[in-house]
Amino acid sequence: MAIEARAPPSQFVAKLRRVLGGQAGWGGFALQILFVAALAWIGYEIVANARANLAAQRIASGFGFLSNTAGFGVSQSLIPYSESDTYTRVFFVGLVNTLVVSVIGIFFATLIGFLVGLGRLSPNWLLARIAGGYVELVRNLPLLFQILFWYLAVLAALPNPRQSISLFGSFFLSNRGFGIPKPVGTVGFEPFAIAVAVAIVGALLLRGYARRQLFQSGRLIKIWPYVLGMLIGLPLLATLIFGKPVTFEYPELKGFNFSGGSRIIPEFVALTLALSTYTAAFIAEIVRAGVQSVHKGQMEAGASLGLTRGNTLRLIVVPQALRVILPPLTNQYLNLTKNSSLAVAIGYPDLFSVFAGTTLSQTGQAIEIIAITMGVYLVISLVTSAIMSFYGWRIGRSMGA
Amino acid sequence: MAMRNGRLASAMIAMIEEFRTSLKGFAMKRATLVFTLALAAGLSAQAASAQTLKTVKDRGMLSCGVSQGLPGFSAPDDKGNWAGFDVDVCRAIAAAVFNDPTKVKYVPLSAKDRFTALQSGEIDVLSRNTTWTLSRDTSLGVNFTGIAYYDGQGFLVRKSLKVNSALELNSASVCVQTGTTNEQNVADYFKGNNMKYEVIAFGTADETVKAYESGRCDVFTSDVSQLYAERLKLANPADHGVLPEVISKEPLGPLVRHGDDQWLDIVKWTLFAMVNAEELGITQKNVDEMAKSDKPELKRVFGTDGNLGETLGLTKDWVARIIKATGNYGEVFDRNVGAGSKLGIARGLNQLWNKGGIQYAPPIR
Ligand SMILES: N[C@@H](CCC(=O)N[C@@H](CS)C(=O)NCC(=O)O)C(=O)O
Repeated sequence: MAIEARAPPSQFVAKLRRVLGGQAGWGGFALQILFVAALAWIGYEIVANARANLAAQRIASGFGFLSNTAGFGVSQSLIPYSESDTYTRVFFVGLVNTLVVSVIGIFFATLIGFLVGLGRLSPNWLLARIAGGYVELVRNLPLLFQILFWYLAVLAALPNPRQSISLFGSFFLSNRGFGIPKPVGTVGFEPFAIAVAVAIVGALLLRGYARRQLFQSGRLIKIWPYVLGMLIGLPLLATLIFGKPVTFEYPELKGFNFSGGSRIIPEFVALTLALSTYTAAFIAEIVRAGVQSVHKGQMEAGASLGLTRGNTLRLIVVPQALRVILPPLTNQYLNLTKNSSLAVAIGYPDLFSVFAGTTLSQTGQAIEIIAITMGVYLVISLVTSAIMSFYGWRIGRSMGA
Repeated sequence: MAMRNGRLASAMIAMIEEFRTSLKGFAMKRATLVFTLALAAGLSAQAASAQTLKTVKDRGMLSCGVSQGLPGFSAPDDKGNWAGFDVDVCRAIAAAVFNDPTKVKYVPLSAKDRFTALQSGEIDVLSRNTTWTLSRDTSLGVNFTGIAYYDGQGFLVRKSLKVNSALELNSASVCVQTGTTNEQNVADYFKGNNMKYEVIAFGTADETVKAYESGRCDVFTSDVSQLYAERLKLANPADHGVLPEVISKEPLGPLVRHGDDQWLDIVKWTLFAMVNAEELGITQKNVDEMAKSDKPELKRVFGTDGNLGETLGLTKDWVARIIKATGNYGEVFDRNVGAGSKLGIARGLNQLWNKGGIQYAPPIR
């Protein structure tokens, strides 16, 4: 009777056991389940208890209020909104406003931050001092103070709508904001949009082709004349055949205010200005630290290759510095987003102001609304971090690190 | 010189500190309030019980929610003591409970934080020009105790705009404080009259007024009494006028947490005592005199006959304590917002019912 070899214990089960139970094995796993169950039970008890207590105190609870009519106006909304819409819509109006101010703020903060950070390292004495002064001044004043300062400064500098500053008779600057012509799509709009899309796709294909040629056979193809031709020519052709894609609706002074056109409100300008200049001061320091962390020899190597200082920075130093810069830079982006909740001080209708502010005081449902708001800021933060991690990962990969 | 610099530096540090605290007080205050509320609701074995009077007595202080500075209603005076119409309500309650109107801790609250502060137990009573509405009464876990001031919403505009009626405000920009009934009323009014408008809502009264003054808005809207109060903060009050239209009913009064009937009664009857005192001719000056009267009605009021005060959970001389501390309703009105004050508001609806107004209190008997 041949002895059959005993089947080896299943690798899979062993692995699972290790993953789930750690060193304690299955017993540890059971313990963890118990622990989670206990946590869930406590959580449930707290929520149930809170509901019962709120009901006993006659404080409304639950999420039913989200479908009630808001009944108040909002000064800036990028999605259609009127007083007769629901609190849910108010939530989205506020969310979009928060996102807009954050994204634009992050863009400018990064731009200014990099310029100032690099400026501080410049061999030019004056430039370095100015950049240094900027950082010290801006990061040491409280942000709320700066927001109020910009707001009142912007308002003080601008005339009332009747005396607004007009540019070409179609742009109007006053203390009601910046009135600009609003594009309104016409019949020619769709063909125009399609033409633009086709041109962009064509340009990208061409670029891919040119790169392949460069890497495979070392041939340098000049593509920009074709790209430019496509990007301008195709939409132009569409316009000639189908007519103008858009007409413009111009702002016009009617009564107290401009009607028609679009308007960038002063609250938005002041908040973006304050958030981006403030955060830029911190980013500048991060950039400086990052660049200084790159070995000096890299700069010298670039110089010995005959690259200019600017090109050495751009092509050699900054990409290496980015690995050091990215994690703290992400922090600054998150800070900027969270700091945008100071908007209520100057009446900018962000999420915190219209939802955790007005909606909360109208409905009184503090716990629910603060929970939702916290959740949203958490999600925005996590998404920002994820994007930045992905970017960091790509940089790391491209540098072979 | 060094000394000078040192002082300058410390002044600047103080200023920065102030901004810091206001910054903190800004989002932090709200977060803490909500957190306390959530904790209280989630972890306490049962809903806050009817213990406010006992809590107040044990603490030795009444915690009273007021505005962040509204001249005539609740604002710190030059010596830093809180004064005003709403403040006198707090003082009257403290007088009734402790026989000492100074035993009050004032908690300044913005419009949007006030209800959470009451719900979470941070304050015992909210006396902050707050409008009584059905939704507030039924869904915020609060009870209104009465109407201390009959008000309505109005508009303040620059006289240079030459606007004579609110109906001429089509397309105007309107500054308002967030979390108020005013924010909703203005939407109703403009929509109801088919007028366009732009509303900019600020967190605090000061920010709202500053934005209006800087020209961001054509109109500042609020309860009329508060328009008069805020107008005093403007550089040239005489350049601004209140339009004739009153677009809403704003019955303002103190409120307490839901579920404590005894405390509700105390606050309610403190207010009624002040109104009744005016009707009976009892003043801060003559109160001792009147207390000796042997008119049956006055004997009941002063507790020389019966024990009405004790049934409230107070003492027999509760009315005398209140009137000694603050004076009667008319005196409180005149001193803070009426003829005897900078605001100079006419009694109007707030005149007693038997003198052409609608201020009326149930009898003490
Ligand atoms: N009565 C209204 C409005 C109350 C209100 O907050 N009014 C503003 C007018 S500016 C105010 O008193 N602000 C003073 C402050 O926030 O300190 C309500 O109850 O909603």
